[in-house]
Amino acid sequence: MDYGTLRGLVALLIFALFIIIVMWSYSKKRSAAFQDIANSIFEEDELNKQTKQSHLGINNKQETNNV
Amino acid sequence: MTTSNTSAVDYNFDVVRQFTVMTVIWGIFGTLVGVLIAAQLIWPALNFDTPWLTYSRLRPLHTNVVIFAFGTSALFATSYYVVQRTCQTRLFGGKLAAFTFWGWQAVIVAAVISLPLGYTSSKEYAELEWPIDILIAVVWISYAVVFFGTLVKRKTSHIYVANWFFGAFILVIMVLHIGNSMAIPISAMKSYSIYSGAIDAMMQWWYGHNAVGFLLTAGFLGMMYYFVPKQAERPVYSYRLSIVHFWALISLYIWAGPHHLHYTALPDWVQTVGMTMSIVLFLPSWGGMINGIMTLSGAWHKLRTDPILRFLIVSLSFYGMSTFEGPMMAIKSVNALSHYTDWTIGHVHSGALGWVAMISIGAMYHLIPILFNQGRMYSIRLINVHFWIHTSGVILYIVAMWISGVMQGLMWRAVNTDGTLTYSFVESLTASYPFYFIRFIGGVLVVSGFILMGYNMFKTIYAKDGSLQPVEET
Repeated sequence: MDYGTLRGLVALLIFALFIIIVMWSYSKKRSAAFQDIANSIFEEDELNKQTKQSHLGINNKQETNNV
Repeated sequence: MTTSNTSAVDYNFDVVRQFTVMTVIWGIFGTLVGVLIAAQLIWPALNFDTPWLTYSRLRPLHTNVVIFAFGTSALFATSYYVVQRTCQTRLFGGKLAAFTFWGWQAVIVAAVISLPLGYTSSKEYAELEWPIDILIAVVWISYAVVFFGTLVKRKTSHIYVANWFFGAFILVIMVLHIGNSMAIPISAMKSYSIYSGAIDAMMQWWYGHNAVGFLLTAGFLGMMYYFVPKQAERPVYSYRLSIVHFWALISLYIWAGPHHLHYTALPDWVQTVGMTMSIVLFLPSWGGMINGIMTLSGAWHKLRTDPILRFLIVSLSFYGMSTFEGPMMAIKSVNALSHYTDWTIGHVHSGALGWVAMISIGAMYHLIPILFNQGRMYSIRLINVHFWIHTSGVILYIVAMWISGVMQGLMWRAVNTDGTLTYSFVESLTASYPFYFIRFIGGVLVVSGFILMGYNMFKTIYAKDGSLQPVEET
């Protein structure tokens, strides 16, 4: 196999890998797990509640516009 | 070392505090040097006939200080903070982390001394001579050990996406720096690159563009994926998109370097590859930008009241703007007009002052109160003033450079019917003067904003612990 063909195949391989990554990350099975990870950065605040400003990601609290 | 109980972890915030304070100080210094050289372009007498105050020596000082002192200190601070918080464990390495701080500051001090003295390897963004390069490599490898060591001993099962970006940035910069800095020393402060001719140029811009791609982009995207959700108090818009964003960005960026060398001795096919990959790069860039901005979806009202969030979100708009402009300028026919003109300078500053500086400033305003036991910054109003001064400064700067750059490109290529050039170079320079003045004003605004930030920071640090209460949200 000449060098050009080899490089072409490697490019295809990497492209296939990328498609797999997309399918993996968008599979329904993983949806909940990813939701948890996205929310994980707020866990710490829940543990030590020194400030009241922090809540788990989704808060429906309305705020006034005072600066 | 790792005293952790269930409720709170004994984080190493000392090193984060040090890097945070230095970020602001280097921000003031770096932009101040920038304003001085902008002024020299209008009033050349400002070099006072002193060799170490000449434009040629201060320009690399400006770029080194803003990229490696301001930007990289911000990355050190935020990556050390984020990796500890998201892994819920103390920073690995103990004294090694402190070494990365003192080592990195030593690198910068060495740059601040050696560049004005005229010591340079003449490689853009890699001007520092070989002894300093070795120190950079040592500090950077220590940085990698501290960062990845912390990931290894994490208490969480997953590695949050911000750390992926920080990790990629640390690894790639290590490879780039060591690869591009390979040189043969001939004396204590002089060396020659081991690469020659077009290969040297290719190595240089493989380094140069990926310094942009991984230091100034991937690193700051790591910042974005933590601080934007944190400040908005909402999880990132799509975690799945962030995974695709990561792999697409890191696999594409590495190929884009040759667009710095269009119409040079670099083989034509390499230029075409560089151009093509640069255009494809538009997709992950905008994917990431949309992911960041859409994090705010449903909470847009927060932008009205929170100037920190405004810094973070507007930085993403500038990111979107410059990652649209970049691929366009990488197209060979566009590049034929834009290259070597002020348009390039405008593009760089829309990325540097718009994206990099604004996301860092936002992250710093978020961090400073947390690190110094306060509920908020000393003055929210001053943050707001900083936001508007900075934004106006950036807009003045980039608009002036766009006009000046396109004008230069058109004047340089204009030919008379007999084939001679319509304008001499000096004519194009004279035509640029008004825009150099507007750029100077923009720069002054940016520096003023940084000085305000410094004042606000020290007021926050020296306020009595806990005396600054967060604004009540009722």
